[in-house]
Parts: sequence; structure tokens; C-alpha cells
Amino acid sequence: MTRVTSTLPAGTRAIEVRDLHKYFGDNEVLKGIDFHVDQGQVVCVIGPSGSGKSTLLRCVNRLEEPTSGTILVEGVDICDPEVDLDEIRSRIGMVFQSFNLFPHLSVMRNLTIAQQRVRRRSKDEAVEIARNNLAKVGLAGKEDAYPAHLSGGQQQRVAIARALSMDPDMMLFDEPTSALDPELVGDVLGVMRDLAADGMTMMVVTHEMGFAREVGDKLVFMDGGVIVEEGDPREVLANPQHSRTQGFLSKVL
Amino acid sequence: MKKSTRRRLVRGLLYAVLVGAVVLLALIADWEAIRQNFLSGEVMGELWPEVLTVGVKNTVIYTVIAFAGGLALAIVLALMKLSPIAPYRWIATAWIEFFRGLPALVVILAFGFAVPIAFSWRPPGGSVGAGVLALVIVSSAYIAETLRAGIQAVPKGQFEAARSLGMTSGRTTFSIVLPQAFRIVIPPLTNEFVLLIKDTSLLFVIGAAIDERELTTFSRDALTQYANSTPLIVAAAAYLIITLPLTRLVARLERRQQKAR
Repeated sequence: MTRVTSTLPAGTRAIEVRDLHKYFGDNEVLKGIDFHVDQGQVVCVIGPSGSGKSTLLRCVNRLEEPTSGTILVEGVDICDPEVDLDEIRSRIGMVFQSFNLFPHLSVMRNLTIAQQRVRRRSKDEAVEIARNNLAKVGLAGKEDAYPAHLSGGQQQRVAIARALSMDPDMMLFDEPTSALDPELVGDVLGVMRDLAADGMTMMVVTHEMGFAREVGDKLVFMDGGVIVEEGDPREVLANPQHSRTQGFLSKVL
Repeated sequence: MKKSTRRRLVRGLLYAVLVGAVVLLALIADWEAIRQNFLSGEVMGELWPEVLTVGVKNTVIYTVIAFAGGLALAIVLALMKLSPIAPYRWIATAWIEFFRGLPALVVILAFGFAVPIAFSWRPPGGSVGAGVLALVIVSSAYIAETLRAGIQAVPKGQFEAARSLGMTSGRTTFSIVLPQAFRIVIPPLTNEFVLLIKDTSLLFVIGAAIDERELTTFSRDALTQYANSTPLIVAAAAYLIITLPLTRLVARLERRQQKAR
């Protein structure tokens, strides 16, 4: 497998969030978040539903508009009106809970359309990259299938391959296994494990504590729109300091 | 009396009423007059082949033009209606509400008679052209609403996935959202098409040259010419031959979509 390369030296902050606030109407879902992901790091974000963890992740590529605060991606302020948001997004791979494959396009076309339209790659080049990534997620030979004919686990792996085909500098995962049947979760986590071993920068909102423990470099626990506790995953999971973390972990572990 | 016996009796009674009504109608109908006035073979012979080469042909042509033009305009209107720019939304809403609120007949009359005077502008194709233009505009209002609903039925995640890959908003709309929206609205769009076929009959109010007449104008002229109602029956049959397969098609498409969900 090819090593993911980046123009930035290791240790540079891939994602840096400062004092982020987000309101939905009158409801404040993020109450001043300071958060960062270093280059090559795998950061897992856990917390009860409604804690704001998905909203935080979706702010990083501005699928949600922050109400106030600063978000730097590789040092670039993505809320700066001068910034080319589409270009930045094309370097941030995103994987959704509900896969969001394009149902009217074949698997191959799902993987090539943005390469051709956004990256301006030739069709041949896009197809070759797509084939490599399909093989990487264990789905070589599914090029001509349509999303509806794949299992959930296969769809999610195609979605990962689609994001990888853009050669992203980092990947965002929004509860990637929450919509899957239990027996299909392993395949998707396996692909994510390989990516992490490859050195990919990853921010993962998840309920998979095993994955967080084994793969994560940092674990962040959120509740009620704030970061309650963060640190080494093994440390936090084995020995949570905060009572809210203890309460949450006692329910899910 | 047992419940099942009573149910059988009621059912038998209902059948008896039905049969009685049919027999009564058959007895009081003047079959000879009906045959002469509505099913005259002689008149039918006179109508052939113009009913096809003029009536059906023009009905189909006007419908296709009105639908294609209406669809093109409707795409613009639907996108305007969903635009983040408020004045575009206002214009689209005003257009849609205005032309859906008026009877098609009034719009046809306006374009046939009022617009040429008001703007001293003659639509291409004479009065028939004006009438077809009116149908384009009326159908655009209906189709725009259908399309808008279709676009909004595409899950938000599709839009987000495309944007997260760096696609622009326009690229997302045309490559990802619209193709899916069209699939969703194929049954209602086919329905609009059937309605439009029937609406072309309203064009008879603005008059047409001999070879520009659609089915209704054609049969009405023949009605006067032969002082016989057979042309109406012929026109009705022709409409049904066109519309019935289409409505059956809609039903099948809807069933298939239900299954796909």
C-alpha cells in the first residue's frame, strides 16, 4: 500500500479548532470547543447522542456553518470568505453514517465523478485510481454494481474508497459503523485500521470503543456541547477522571 | 336469519339493481338513433384518414411542444424557487401561483387575443402558436411544482456527499441532485403529460387553419359539417387510444418505485 503523503511535516496541526460555538436556533450545541488533530494522528470522538460530536466533525469541512470561533485546516482558516472552500473540501475525505453513495451511478462512476470534475483527472487515470482504491477496501470486481445491490458494509467501504480516490490529506468519519448490521462492522473497521496504519490523519466520531482503544492516538469525550475529557484512549477508557465520562463509559462498555 | 345468509341476500339484491338498471337503459335507449347519430359508418369513412393525419398528428405535436417547452421552463423555475436569492424565489412563486390559479382556457384566450393587442406582438405560428405558447406557460407552472417536490425528495446527504468531495453547488445540482429528482418525478410527469394531451383540446377556442386543427377542433368542425355526432365518438376513441396506455404506464411506474423503496 502506498503511504499517504502530505506537503506538511509530521506534527503540524491538520485540524485546529479554537473556541467554536454553534447554535441551531436558540439551542447552543457547541459551547466553546478547543480541539486539534495533529498530522498523522487518529483522534476518536465519543459521547452520548446530542453531545455535539457530529456537529463538531461537520464543522471541520463546513457542512455546518460555525456560529463563532476559528477552524484551521492545515493552517488555513476555512471560514475566511476569500478561501476556496471546494478546494479545501476536496482534500478532506468524509464518510457518513448513512454512506450517501450516489444511487443513480455505478460504483465506478461514484469513485470517478469527483476525480474528473473536481480534480480534472483524465478518465483513464481516474479509473485506475478508483480500481486501486476498490482493491484496497476489498471490493475489486464490484466496479459495475449499483449501490442498491451492495450490503451496507460494502456500501460503506465503497464510500471510503470514493473519499480516498480524491487523495485526501485527512479523513473525517461520522459514525461510520452505526448504521451497519453487527456482522458487517468488522469489515469497515478493518479498512479504517489499514488506513490508520498507513499514516492517514483521521477524525472519527464513533461508538466503537475497541477501535478507539486499539487504533486511536487520542480520545475525546464530549457531553452537552463541551469537551469533558481527552487523552490517551487506553488511559481514558481504563481510568476516566470525570464523573460524566465514568457514567457514559459504564453504560457502553 | 344467519349473518352469512343475510350478507348473501344483500349482495344478490345489489346485483339485481345493477342488472335492472342496465336492462332499463337498454330498453329506453333509441338504438337506431344512436347508431345513426353516433356510430355512422358513412361519416367515419369521411373522417378517415384526416382524423389521423390532421387531428391526432396535431394533438400529439402540440402536446410534445407544450410539454418540452414547459419542462425546460419548469427546470429554471424550480431552481429559482429553491434559490438562496430571495427575489428569484419571489418571481418563481408568483409565476407558479399565477398560472396555476388561472384556468388554462383563460390563459389561452389571453395569449390568443389579449397579448397581441397589448404588446403589439404576434407569437410565432399565428393564433395556434399563441395557444401552444399559453400551454407551455401553464404546464411550466405545474411541472415546476412537481420538480421542486422531486428535488426536495432527494436526501440531503446526497448534496452533502457531493459537496464534501469538493463539487461546486452547480455541479452537485446537475450531476447528483437533478438526475435523482427526475427519477422520482417520472410518474407525476407522465401524468402531467396526459393532462396536457387533454388540455390541447382547449385550443379549439382560438381557431386554426384546416391543417393546423387538433383532434377536438377537427371533430367539432366535422360535427357541424355532417350534422352528426359520430366525429365526437371518433375523437373520444382517439384520445383514449393515446391516454390509456400512458395512464397504465404511470400506474406501472408507480408500482415499481414503491417496490424499489
